[in-house]
Amino acid sequence: MTRGERHNLYKGLAFISPWIIGFALFGLYPIFASLYYSFCDYDVLNEPVFVGTLNYQDMVYDVVFWKSIYNTAYYALFTIPLGMMLALLIAVGLNQQIVARSALRTVYFLPSIVPLVGVAMIWLWIFNGEYGLINYALGWFGIPDPGWLTDEHWVKPTLVLSGVWQIGGTIVLFLAALQDVPKALYESAQIDGASAPVQFRHITVPLISPVIYFNLVMGIIGALQEFVRPFVMLGGPGPNRSALFYVINLYQNAFQYLNMGYACAMAWILFIVIILLTWGVTVISRKHIYYGGEG
Amino acid sequence: MRAINKILLYIVLLGGATIFVVPMLWMLSTAVKPIDQAMSSPPQWMPYEWIWQNNDEELSVGVAEMPEDVQADTPVQIDTAYQWRVVLDDEPVPVSINEPISTSSDTLASITANYHLYANIDGQWLLAKAENPESLLTSSEPVSIVVMDKEGYTFRKTVSPDDIKRTFDLTQDDVRISFGETLQLEVSPDKLNKHYVKWDDRQELAHVLVESHTVEAGTLTKSISPRWQNFPKAITAMGHFGDYLRNTLVLCVLTVIGTVISSTLVAYGFSRINWPGRDKVFVFVLATMMIPGPVLMVPLFTMFKTFGWIGTLKPLWIPTFFAGAFNVFLLRQFFKTIPKDLSDSARIDGCNELRIFWQIVVPLAKPAITVVALFQFMATWNDFLGPLIYLTDQNDFTLALGLQFFQSQHGGTQWHYLMAASALVVLPIIVLFFLAQRTFIEGISMTGLKG
Repeated sequence: MTRGERHNLYKGLAFISPWIIGFALFGLYPIFASLYYSFCDYDVLNEPVFVGTLNYQDMVYDVVFWKSIYNTAYYALFTIPLGMMLALLIAVGLNQQIVARSALRTVYFLPSIVPLVGVAMIWLWIFNGEYGLINYALGWFGIPDPGWLTDEHWVKPTLVLSGVWQIGGTIVLFLAALQDVPKALYESAQIDGASAPVQFRHITVPLISPVIYFNLVMGIIGALQEFVRPFVMLGGPGPNRSALFYVINLYQNAFQYLNMGYACAMAWILFIVIILLTWGVTVISRKHIYYGGEG
Repeated sequence: MRAINKILLYIVLLGGATIFVVPMLWMLSTAVKPIDQAMSSPPQWMPYEWIWQNNDEELSVGVAEMPEDVQADTPVQIDTAYQWRVVLDDEPVPVSINEPISTSSDTLASITANYHLYANIDGQWLLAKAENPESLLTSSEPVSIVVMDKEGYTFRKTVSPDDIKRTFDLTQDDVRISFGETLQLEVSPDKLNKHYVKWDDRQELAHVLVESHTVEAGTLTKSISPRWQNFPKAITAMGHFGDYLRNTLVLCVLTVIGTVISSTLVAYGFSRINWPGRDKVFVFVLATMMIPGPVLMVPLFTMFKTFGWIGTLKPLWIPTFFAGAFNVFLLRQFFKTIPKDLSDSARIDGCNELRIFWQIVVPLAKPAITVVALFQFMATWNDFLGPLIYLTDQNDFTLALGLQFFQSQHGGTQWHYLMAASALVVLPIIVLFFLAQRTFIEGISMTGLKG
């Protein structure tokens, strides 16, 4: 290392020192502590007691744990595809030559920045069993109140529907990607006689595939950690624990039942699942993603 | 064919836009309605008020049902709300009448009024209770009474009668305060004054009675009247709104300052200085973004507990002074677009690194810094899980947590106040969006840059 390089190294480290200190304190230490606690019986009030893999073994027989996995998987499997397809549809629509485009874009984007607690309140009121707008609209067709927030079978669909309201960020990302697709490609496809669906399938989708991939990964990470909306709307786990999502279960274990060790073990399982899913999506999509300039 | 497609496109886009905008409008509409209109079926969009022209007097009344095909002389049933008032201690006071009376008769009417005693203790008027309250005000001897201080603790005290006053209860909330007293009186019926009150106020004022009349439809007018007073009332109902707002703003300011200072410094270190191993370390920084929050939740709680930070705002702002990976990433992308020559020539001129950072890079990176500041402000304003875990005392709550707390206590009953309170939490963010629309959209696109 030359003197100049060493000098630069010190300068660089000085500039990034806030991150180094912060990461050591609020990242590195908690990660190892969390891993250690996950092998402990720990309730904050007393020192952690090492119990080996007991927490992980307990999970296998914990019906509440499996219920929260089922709930989260159900929610993710509906929310992510539904949200992404709607976002793409709206983005394609907004990308056409239309009047009032920026006004429409604003309308679609706005709900995504509403504070989550506010979102929960708004939808609680709309799904209200007696005076809710949704039930009133259903009344036109003679459909009775299904019990959106009181019937365990309807709680998750309710949460999916209210979640789709906040796809504005995804729409904006898709829209930005669509605007980067060269117009010339569509023109030459038109000359070759390709129909609109064919153009969409063979030009649009491949060219925006990096953004589809990005939104998919973000969607998975977000859906698996859904917390605020279900927690606030149901005020807890919901009827027959139908709204007990994974992180709500984890939170309750940690801060309501003080099973901190078990909560840490749950967090690590979540971490591993997220890594595996992200890796899986990456491997599957690698063949299908088109990065401009690579070929 | 093209035209049909275009029409279809507009139908889909406008239909979708309607669905997207209705929830927010419904919140705002409910926020300015009285409770009976908020909880009405079928739903009404505009808050309205019925005014009955009764001779020279205009009265706000309730109309349960307006007949169809109404003519000016169609009889309509309306409800009016009124109080019986008697002048006591030189003030008109609402009272209840114990037995039905006829105002023409000469027999005295037996009435009841509610009041509270207050004692002047060291210059403060505190709630008080006495064994024999009615003789108290006429006695001249010091009396022993029970006093309740602001925290709700009670103690016994002997005070002079001059330091005791009584205040009559005007609202239902006044009546509900503990240490309530009742005053039974017999008055001549001509002292009773029938006073009509606004239909909206019938559940809030004390001793309100409702009576039905049949009137001609021509004397009724329906006007649109948003109840702006729902906002101050919701603020009062939330209890600690002032504290919530102050805490939220304090946190927003501190976290924005912390994030901007630390993230720009760190991003500078990762982009404008060429040190060995820099890019490998940066890949590691990016990788830390993969760690889900719940993994860190318990150890961070334990750590902050050791620091004695639980129940304070510290866990919510101090960590932001240590640069988040995501913000560093955003700023680094931007810093890399600033030409290297600028720094190099400054270095040759003998500028030190901090001056280059502060005088060259930061001014040029203002758009990206604005995005980071804006996103941090929103994240702090919206944060719910952090305050939920770390804050224990209601005085320390933020708006988001306070709103949820309010809902968990009054949910399902006071929908108009809940929507007004929600609007107070949501609207600042919406206003902020319209002020900084361009920054928002740029910021969202920046987050997707990496793809």
